[in-house]
Amino acid sequence: MNNRVVITGLGVAAPNAVGIPDFTAAIKNGISGIRYYQQLKDLNFSCCIAGIPQVSEELKQQYLSPLQLKNFNSNGILYGCIAGIDAWKDAGLPINENGDADWDSGTVFGTGVSGIEKLRESFYKIDAGNVKTLGSTAVLQTMASGISAYLSGILGLGNLVTTNSSACCTGTESILMGFERIQSGKAKRMLVGGCSDDGPYVWGGFDAMKVMTYKHNDEPEKASRPMSVTASGFVPASGAGALLLESLSSAMERGATIYGEILGGAMNAGGQRGTGSMTAPNNEAVQRCIKEAIENAGIDASEIDLINGHLTATTKDATEINNWAVALNRKGEDFPYIHSLKAMTGHCLGAAGAVESVAAVLGLHDGFIFPSINCEDLHPDIAAIISAEKIPRQLIETNNLQVIAKASFGFGDINACIIFKKYNA
Amino acid sequence: MNTEELIEKLKVIVKPYVKDEEGFKNMTENSDFLNDLKINSANLVDVILDIETEFDIIIDNESMEKMLNVKAAIDIITAKLNEK
Repeated sequence: MNNRVVITGLGVAAPNAVGIPDFTAAIKNGISGIRYYQQLKDLNFSCCIAGIPQVSEELKQQYLSPLQLKNFNSNGILYGCIAGIDAWKDAGLPINENGDADWDSGTVFGTGVSGIEKLRESFYKIDAGNVKTLGSTAVLQTMASGISAYLSGILGLGNLVTTNSSACCTGTESILMGFERIQSGKAKRMLVGGCSDDGPYVWGGFDAMKVMTYKHNDEPEKASRPMSVTASGFVPASGAGALLLESLSSAMERGATIYGEILGGAMNAGGQRGTGSMTAPNNEAVQRCIKEAIENAGIDASEIDLINGHLTATTKDATEINNWAVALNRKGEDFPYIHSLKAMTGHCLGAAGAVESVAAVLGLHDGFIFPSINCEDLHPDIAAIISAEKIPRQLIETNNLQVIAKASFGFGDINACIIFKKYNA
Repeated sequence: MNTEELIEKLKVIVKPYVKDEEGFKNMTENSDFLNDLKINSANLVDVILDIETEFDIIIDNESMEKMLNVKAAIDIITAKLNEK
C-alpha cells in the first residue's frame, strides 16, 4: 500500500513577493514583479526587463549567518534557502542545531545552474593566477547540489539529499521525485522545490536565441503576456519555491496543517522525435505525460477544475493549450480554468515549476484562482480551442476548487505533470 | 551582387543547418527556411549570425523576425549592403 502524500509547508522567494503572506496577496491582486534593469541595457541585451526577488541585506541575515554570507555570491542558493527554510518552519518542524540528523527527512531541491556569478568571479581570479584567493566556499556555491547541501546543513536533513536538474521542468520534477520517495516509504518528509540564479550570465544565451521579449522594455509590468496575441517571448526571472511534503500519517501524528494532497503525476520525454527538438516539444509526449499523470492520480480528466499551465508567453502557448485539450478530451466551455503565473513573475526557469506549484497549492487551500494578467487580447488560436471565459482575468474566490493539474515543459523535450487535490479530512 | 550570387552564398551558409536535402537541392528565392529546408527554428539565429559574418553587416531584431525565407533574407541583406 502506497503512503498518501500531503503538503504541510510552503515557502517562496518570487519576483513579485518574498514570503507566503505577501506572495498570496500579490498573486490574488495580479501584482507584477517585472522591472527594468539598466545593467541589461548597458550590456546590449535586447530584453532589458526581468523578474528578480527583492531581498534586502536585513532579510538575507535572517536566513544565512555572517559566516555563510562571507564571500557569498550565489543568489539562487540564497532564494532556495529563504524558500526552503520558510517551508520547513511553516510546517512547524524544529531546527535543532545539535543532536542527531533527522533521518526521516530529506530534500530534492533543483536548480538549472548554481552560483554563476560566483563562477565568473572565480574564473577571473584563476586566470589572474590567484587561485588561492577563491577561499573555502567557491566549490559549495557553484556545485549543482549547492542548494541541497546548504539546506541539509541548516535543517539537519538525514535522508536523501540531492539536486535535480531538468531545465524548466526542474521545480515540478523535484516535487514528483520527493512525492515518490514518501509514497514508497523511504522517507517521511521531503523538502522539495527549485531555485534559479539571475543576471546576465544566466539569461544571455536566451537573449541570443531571441526567445525573450524585447518589445516591452518600456512597460515591464505588461511584458509577460501568456496566451495573448501580443505575446512575443518570455520575460526572464529568478527565485525559488519550496514545499514540505509529508506522509499523511506523519502529518496527522504531528497535527500539522495540511495545505493539500498530491494524488500523482508523471514525467516523460519526447526524445526529440516527431514535432520535438532540443527546444520544441514532441506534442504526443506532452499529451501522454498529462494522460499518465491523470491515470497515476486515479482520477478522471473531467475532475480537473483548473490547469496551472507552463504558458511562457511564446508562440508555443497555443500549442500547449491544444495539447491539454487533446489529452483531457475537453474543449470550449467544457475546458477547465487555465492560468499562468508567469504573467506576474516572468519565467523563473529552474524555479518556475516550484514557484508555480506553491501558487497552485495556496489557491487550493485558500479557495481562489489567481488572475492571469496581460491576456486581455487573447490569441485567436487559443480562442478557437477553449472558451475565453476559462482564462480568469480577475481573481475568482471559490470553495469548489478541488483538483489542479500543474505541468512544466523544458528544453531537451522533457515534460512533468502533477495532480494536486484539496485535502478533505 | 545579383540574386543568383546571393542565393549561392546563402546556400553555403545554410547547408550545415538544413534537414531536407531535396529542399536544399531545389533551393530558390521562394524557399522557406523552416518548411522547405526544415531548418530547426532555434537555429535561425545561427544562420543570421553566419550571414552577418559573411556579409559584414548587422541585422537588427525587427529584420531578424522577418528572415524566415530566402526572399526576405536577400531583401534584407541587399538593403543592409546598400546602407554601407
